[in-house]
Amino acid sequence: MSASLERKLFWERVGGIAWSIVRGVIVLGICYVIFYPLIVKLSSSLMREVDMFDNMVQFVPRMLYLENYKIVWEYMDYPVTFRNSLLLTLMVSLMQLASCTLIGYGFARFRWRGQSLLFACVVFTLVVPPQMIMIPLYLNFRYFTFFGLLPEPGVNLLGSIWPFVFTSLTGTGLKNGLFIYIMRQFFRNMPKDLEEAAAIDGAGAMRTFLRVMLPNAVPAMLTVFLFAFVWQWNDYFFTSIYLSNAKVLPVVLESASMNIMNDINYIADHYRSILDNTGMILFIAPLLIIYAILQRYFIEGVERTGIVG
Amino acid sequence: MAGPRFRMTRSRRQALTGILFTLPFAVGFVLFFLYPFLQSIRFSMSQLQIVAGGYQLEPVGLENYRTAILVHPEFLQVFVEAVFRTLIDVPLIVVFAFFAANLLNQPFRGRTLARVIFFLPVIMGAGIVLQMESADYMMTQLRTAANEGGLLSGAVLRNFLYELRIPETTLDYVTSAVDRIPEIIRASGVQILVFLAGLQSIPRSLYEAADVEGFTSWERFWLITLPMLSPLILTNSIYTIIDSFTVGTNPLVKLVRSTAFGGGGFGLSSAMGVLYFLSIAVILLIAGSIISRFVFYDN
Repeated sequence: MSASLERKLFWERVGGIAWSIVRGVIVLGICYVIFYPLIVKLSSSLMREVDMFDNMVQFVPRMLYLENYKIVWEYMDYPVTFRNSLLLTLMVSLMQLASCTLIGYGFARFRWRGQSLLFACVVFTLVVPPQMIMIPLYLNFRYFTFFGLLPEPGVNLLGSIWPFVFTSLTGTGLKNGLFIYIMRQFFRNMPKDLEEAAAIDGAGAMRTFLRVMLPNAVPAMLTVFLFAFVWQWNDYFFTSIYLSNAKVLPVVLESASMNIMNDINYIADHYRSILDNTGMILFIAPLLIIYAILQRYFIEGVERTGIVG
Repeated sequence: MAGPRFRMTRSRRQALTGILFTLPFAVGFVLFFLYPFLQSIRFSMSQLQIVAGGYQLEPVGLENYRTAILVHPEFLQVFVEAVFRTLIDVPLIVVFAFFAANLLNQPFRGRTLARVIFFLPVIMGAGIVLQMESADYMMTQLRTAANEGGLLSGAVLRNFLYELRIPETTLDYVTSAVDRIPEIIRASGVQILVFLAGLQSIPRSLYEAADVEGFTSWERFWLITLPMLSPLILTNSIYTIIDSFTVGTNPLVKLVRSTAFGGGGFGLSSAMGVLYFLSIAVILLIAGSIISRFVFYDN
């Protein structure tokens, strides 16, 4: 009796250990796959061109070579471009945060006729690929008449921040439907008593929202803000349409390597790859730093906002 | 008398406040979404010309659609490929995300770090970087080298499975899946988080009851975990379909863009965009109705 129990326990322990080894291997393998592109970028950004042809060199270059960073840094005019990008991204993500919070709250806590229709519109903006409305948006902002209010030729808003301002403030920017959805889910799960207490105290809707709801919504708002920030920072689609000649990171990064090679009159795939990888490291480094510091809010945020419930 | 009237004004005030809060979206939706959306349909049936101080439209009926499907050298092929790629990728991504979330939900040392890393692709593998990476010379070289020689490459696996007399279509699916492991892992960050959040919201009491009943872990998975997570399988499938259709590396997305700004004409590009949207809508409808049949709702 006790011998068989002992044997059973023994095999259970063996099974447990075997599984944790298998699990460790799987997790490490996946981490490797995720880090792989980063490793490739970092190592090739530190290489001389000859290193790429050297069979002895796998990932570690023969010696650290920082010249690539110097060239790319100069061509990207990194300090200026970085500042522009940071300001643009901060502005856009804060505006999107403000509008999506208000809109999400409106959907979550009030009932009116046509509400579900309007919410269906939110879902609709998520389903339609932005590529489909790209050309009309481009033309509307190129010849912007404020929908008939300004005289015919209109003004050219391309190259300015106004397209971003308009779409962000109205919750129709990049992936804003998702942010509205997240805020709506979050506010829906908040207890009703809070508002009722505020209403009994005689607070109006706006006051209740600002004083009672917002302080409790900070974690969800932080999540939305971080997502908006990261996606705007990475965005090439809208940025390259609205700001095709501006000194912002995605646009400058895309053309840096070609500009360098044109200037030195030397065009080669390997060298282009080295320069591109160097630029990409400069581009994602700020994001990685932010993520390293704030990763908690990205990950826990999604769990806590009740996006699931 | 006073009661009902008070309630009516209150509900009306409620309605008005709700409308005010969501007004920005209603305005933005009409001006920056619905209007361009309808314009896009109109453009797709026109010849669009840029003239001094604006543009001119000349209606051409379905000519642009005809050109896209019958005349354009690439469109049809790229279109079919893009749709098939999505159909292949979506189940793989959802299954992988489900598996990874279950893995990360188990207690082990380094779990927090693993979560941080699993989510990393959402931060750094988006937008311009993803786009440049897929065209990068060094990455392509390394990729082909890995596919030729690696132990787990599709080619090696294919030969092995061929010996086992596995049907050709299954074979193709499995081998293409193996070759796409990196892409699949990198596209699953958000989905893993959503499943993880779902796993943590399953009431402990259900598992405790299962323990009392003497369920094996196999039964616990099929009878509790899977049904409780099934609504999220629907959510994640829809998210994944949309994501893979709109990502910048999708060849069709690139084609629509290069047609518009590379001289192919705004009208033709719009027609391609409309066809693309219709295919997404059809796939979402079909996938949604199939998956929702298997969804278990607790309440």
